[in-house]
Amino acid sequence: MTQYSGKALVALILLAPVAALTADPSPGRSRDLVRMVRQDCGSCHGLTLKGGLGPPLLPETLREKPAESLRYTVLLGRPGTPMPPWNAFLTEAEADWIVRQLIAGFPEETR
Amino acid sequence: MKFPTAILAALLLSACAAPALRGTGDLGIVIERAGGSVVVVDSSARAILGRVEGLGDLSHASAVYSRDGRYAYVFGRDGGLTKVDLLERRIARRIVQAGNSIGGAISQDGRLVASQNYEPGGVKVFDADTLELLADIPATFGDGSRRSKVVGLADVPGNQFAFALFEAGEIWVADLSKPREPKVTKFRNIGSQPYDGLVTPDGRHYIAGLFGEDGLALVDLWQPEQGARKILANYGKGQEKLPVFKMPHLRGWAVAGGRAYLPAIGRHEVLVVDTATWQEVGRIPVKGQPVFVMARPDGRQIWVNFAFPDYSHVQVIDTLEQKVVQTLSPGKAVLHMEFTPRGEHVWISARDDNRVVVYDTANFAKLAELPAQTPSGIFFTSRAARIGF
Ligand code: HEC
Repeated sequence: MTQYSGKALVALILLAPVAALTADPSPGRSRDLVRMVRQDCGSCHGLTLKGGLGPPLLPETLREKPAESLRYTVLLGRPGTPMPPWNAFLTEAEADWIVRQLIAGFPEETR
Repeated sequence: MKFPTAILAALLLSACAAPALRGTGDLGIVIERAGGSVVVVDSSARAILGRVEGLGDLSHASAVYSRDGRYAYVFGRDGGLTKVDLLERRIARRIVQAGNSIGGAISQDGRLVASQNYEPGGVKVFDADTLELLADIPATFGDGSRRSKVVGLADVPGNQFAFALFEAGEIWVADLSKPREPKVTKFRNIGSQPYDGLVTPDGRHYIAGLFGEDGLALVDLWQPEQGARKILANYGKGQEKLPVFKMPHLRGWAVAGGRAYLPAIGRHEVLVVDTATWQEVGRIPVKGQPVFVMARPDGRQIWVNFAFPDYSHVQVIDTLEQKVVQTLSPGKAVLHMEFTPRGEHVWISARDDNRVVVYDTANFAKLAELPAQTPSGIFFTSRAARIGF
């Protein structure tokens, strides 16, 4: 079971702006991430990301929003809503990559 | 008199070409999430009979059955409602009735199919034969300008449907005895963020699980004037919740032997409540955030699957011992389980391993593995005869 300590969250928030976020994940990892977003995020946001219990994650709905705050939403969740924190499973760079892909139009799964 | 040879030959040929007569009592469908298809399965032969394609976006798809068990009504995420003929293995009818949908139900008399929608939020009711729209019930709340997402739609006796409004925190019961003139009874302030609902197998109690607070909301449909009340309030005892990576699902399968077995939210526990008093009588620790908590039809076992990241396991609770007696690993990303009508076998879908695994529920032996593409929900026709399925 994963523990989420307040300190870790604070550290994350402080570190995030200065961390290098531009490195793309390896091809194998990015395949896993695409699957995770389509399937596991998809259980709330829809396989096609057009929304479900959670809002749509489409370029037209995200483009206007600051990528940094979306990245925090992915990593830390939104307390009081069903959006859970994914920081136990995603690094900051991976969350950033996901957000950039979402804003650009998320890739389909390759099988 | 002698038959001319040509006629005889024609008779023989048509006899060969005609499909063998068969019932549907042991048939079912498995949703193939990513491909927009379903496979029709035979739970006696443990075999796939064929695939039906073209059902649209089936993430979070579910199905109900016509009462003759021939047709499955499949509700897709994209608002698609597809009537699938299990015998001919083809689409009998299909409409797209909303922008974003989450499931549906069929009325007690089998003549109405209702769909619960997120966008636009509400319930739509269709003629089960033709899929003609009969009633549209928008889930408006507050000052009437907002619409809520609808969750937990269930058929209840008297050709009624009960459902809950996620944003509004309300339970509504719609009487469709006159299908074009629905009468809606609203229960307000039932609790924060209802995420799903169930009706007990006797059709008496409707229960909505709450995401926004610890507890569930209960309406006694035999005595609706008593209003909704909270059960299992404060089951988290003020402790911080664990993250919930997938919403649990509630249905009437939760009830066994005078007890209801319910997933806790943000706790890795199954909550046990006495259905006579609606008091908590126990809680059973499990491996992760429970998603489906399903009683074997005889009530002796409860099978539990889990949200990410514990979703490659299934645990079995013995209801006499009130504890987990078995942990299975059917494959990666177990999304759903379905018992054969009398519960001797269970079919389990493992999405990321692209297979459905069949177990003997008496000794947990693996009996079969069937290939399916990203399988999710499994629905057998025995649901046709059960309230709340
Ligand atoms: C259990 C349901 C659930 C899961 C699973 C889930 N989300 Fe969410 N998500 C939500 C909800 C609900 C919201 C809206 C929160 C609010 O009301 O502010 C949301 C909001 C978001 C937002 C902000 C959108 C906006 O327009 O501001 C992003 C980005 C997001 N989610 C990404 C993800 C990603 C990426 C994943 C998977 C790694 C994921 N979500 C998994 C429920 C979920």
